[in-house]
Amino acid sequence: MTTPSPIDAVTRDLWQVIAAVDETPVGVVSTTLLLDQRLAFSRDSDGSPVVWLRTTEEHGDEIDLATVTVRLPVISGYGYIWTSFGNPPDHLFPIPEYAEPDRVNMSCGSIGVGSSAPRIVENFLDMGHFPYVHTDILGAEPHTEVKEYDVEVSEERDEVLATRCRFFQPRAALSATEGIEVEYIYRVPHPFCSVLYKSCPEDVTRQDVIAIFLQPMTAETTRAHLLQSMIDSTSTITDLRRFQQTIFGQDKPILENQYPKRLPLDPRAETPIRADKSAIAYRRWLSQKGITYGTIPMAS
Amino acid sequence: MTLSTTDTTWYPVASSTDLPLRHVFHGQLLGRELAIWRADDGNVNVWENRCLHRGVRLSIGINEGGELKCQYHGWRYANRSAGCTYIPAHPADAPARRITNTTYPAVEAFGLVWSANNGAAEFAPFDGSASAEWLALRPMPINATTEDVLKALEGYAVTAEKGILGVATVTERLPGLAVKVTVELKEGHRSIVFFVQPVDSNRCVVRGLLDHTFPDINAQLRSHNEGLVQLRDRLERLAEKKPIPEPLTPSFEKVSVELSTMPEITIGSALTLRAMVKRKWATATGITAFELTALDGNHLPTFQPGAHIDVHLPNGLSRQYSITNGPGELLSYTIGVKRDLASKGGSEVLIDTVREGDVLAISEPRNNFPLRRDTIRTVLIAGGIGITPILSMARFLAKSNLPYELHYIVRSEDQIAFRDQIDALGANVTLHIGLPRAAIAETITKTLGAHSFAQHVYICGPGSLLETVRTTAADLGWPDEAVHYEYFRNDRVIDDSSAFEVELARSAMTLHIPSGKTVLEVMREAGLQVSSSCEQGACGTCLTGVMEGTPDHQDVYLNASEKRANNCMMTCVSRSLTPRLVLDI
Repeated sequence: MTTPSPIDAVTRDLWQVIAAVDETPVGVVSTTLLLDQRLAFSRDSDGSPVVWLRTTEEHGDEIDLATVTVRLPVISGYGYIWTSFGNPPDHLFPIPEYAEPDRVNMSCGSIGVGSSAPRIVENFLDMGHFPYVHTDILGAEPHTEVKEYDVEVSEERDEVLATRCRFFQPRAALSATEGIEVEYIYRVPHPFCSVLYKSCPEDVTRQDVIAIFLQPMTAETTRAHLLQSMIDSTSTITDLRRFQQTIFGQDKPILENQYPKRLPLDPRAETPIRADKSAIAYRRWLSQKGITYGTIPMAS
Repeated sequence: MTLSTTDTTWYPVASSTDLPLRHVFHGQLLGRELAIWRADDGNVNVWENRCLHRGVRLSIGINEGGELKCQYHGWRYANRSAGCTYIPAHPADAPARRITNTTYPAVEAFGLVWSANNGAAEFAPFDGSASAEWLALRPMPINATTEDVLKALEGYAVTAEKGILGVATVTERLPGLAVKVTVELKEGHRSIVFFVQPVDSNRCVVRGLLDHTFPDINAQLRSHNEGLVQLRDRLERLAEKKPIPEPLTPSFEKVSVELSTMPEITIGSALTLRAMVKRKWATATGITAFELTALDGNHLPTFQPGAHIDVHLPNGLSRQYSITNGPGELLSYTIGVKRDLASKGGSEVLIDTVREGDVLAISEPRNNFPLRRDTIRTVLIAGGIGITPILSMARFLAKSNLPYELHYIVRSEDQIAFRDQIDALGANVTLHIGLPRAAIAETITKTLGAHSFAQHVYICGPGSLLETVRTTAADLGWPDEAVHYEYFRNDRVIDDSSAFEVELARSAMTLHIPSGKTVLEVMREAGLQVSSSCEQGACGTCLTGVMEGTPDHQDVYLNASEKRANNCMMTCVSRSLTPRLVLDI
């Protein structure tokens, strides 16, 4: 019904996530939508992913991948399959922690959201909503203060970096009676992906890593793919997944009630406060890059 | 007929029954979503359905009775003005900038809520509305164009007669997308008026008003319900065969440049407005209350608990008085004035010469005494006239069901001001009547107890009480940032020993300020005209922008964060910590 949005040059050349590797069956067609384009993908007998522009294939069809001659670029990383419509870089952005041998790495599901990818990134960077949206998990009223933190756009790595982020969590552990201040670091290494580092209850010298990889299906509909890379020797993978899905399930209705759905890059579209420093840096960064997909660019 | 997003006709947007207690109703008019809610005082608010912060729908927000709270970050907006009163992410700051959601005119009449785009003429009831009492029919949403719905309504009475409705004698179009059907009965003529609410290019709501003197009213309601359902089904079947018109795309108004830039701390110059004394009464021995309203009957600007206004007195002085109101009470400000023989004639003039009906110049509310709402325990301590800001704080906390206790210290029972309001707060209030001076410290000690996380105390009252609370709190281990108070008078000894240079940027002038002289005095000697009032750093009249250098503030007008920003100062008491200051004069 809606007309496809034009894909800007930067977005075209990016790696875009489409599915978790281990949820993609071998020799069978899976289908999805990326940047308004219909895609088909599968894995061949040695498990490597193949992605192509979908024609008449249906989800679940058996396929001999040798017959697929026109393929899109593909890369596997952080448990997910990524593709591109342009000339993607040689590597994905780095998450070095993922390779640490004692971490539990897991995909935590792919969830459809009726909003743009940049709106979802911005929500991921936001701490102010913890007490209101993630009540009694990531925060609770009356403890609502967002303390000063630092934001920079790293020239060298071309990413937004927010450090010294702290938020009061009333009961970070079941045994806790007084709340603790949890520390976060946020990275935005890709216009539609973000990685957060969070104090690890099990080892004070290390941090748990949670990442969100967004698949812009259209400018206003997105699939959110979640990754956790944890130092946790007690919880089951099911528990850890359930936790992330609970959190994201709380964000989803808020995101779907946000208007306009595309992220406005004009500073006069909305009203930022000091707590929104990282969002402001992110919007500016998108603007400078010339990302128009999923955004409302500044009127020139 | 094409709909326009800038049409200024009044249309019904909700039934009165859509607004039960503390509900927020999601409406839409001409493509624009609306959040419609009734405050506890009965006022109906029609706002753009979008929090200015991050665009989340306010229709999923929480109606707290006097304020609407956004679901996403808990920002609060006041009944009537839609001005932001609290930003939980920065609990210690008063939202200094005028963050205000877009509001639309609203009128409740005939069991319907009516609204229009801004710029609409005053609401005028439809022709013939005075001839009957009206009953609003169940609204009927229809996915079809306004034009098709109107056409169908013109034929409505004829096709839906079925013996119950009577015989339509006249069907006429009324202005504003409405159709009036007059029916002949043996009892005489009766009317039904159908209003079409243009929701979007392909969606309407039919809102009917039925003359409530129709005989057998229940049968009438049932048959209209049936008739409208049939009309809807028929129209929607037809609409499916037609091309869907493009939806309307209302534009979002941009926020001001001031709001869009990263909030440096700015001190807005307080606008002056005129207010009428609606009511003046003795609220306690020695304390006179004044209720001030806007001259045009509109609401007054948004205030936050702890805020005060400057009242400009007939004798040229200006004095600060705290607003005692609760959340969302913007039709008037109530202040309390204590007869103070020691003052330079401020309170005397108000009490003795200002009468009901008089007009005073007042400033917009300013808040140097912001109330945090991120506390586990809030202790409010008022002494005498100090009850005024404390009362407002208590009323805000009470409305939001936040834990607090109010201790009100007075010499005698007859000195309790705003008794009704105090009593309404119930068990949260402890009155301390006629405490001997020696017992005050002990009472405060007992009241405060040892400090623990997220406990805050707010004090307003005479200097001696303030000192007692401060020292007691310090002895009990309360950190400075947990003890909040406000000065209206600068009792500090001003240190005027420094000497420095002042460059006046706009006047292109450099002045030497010797010790013992104020910047204000030296500027006046140099022939500059600069306004001032209290000349003790309390009223803010001589507030001046600082472009370079670090001021040595010494005033009690700016709050702590404003002082830290070092971008303005009071020329009457502030001096310099750097050898040179550049002022925006």
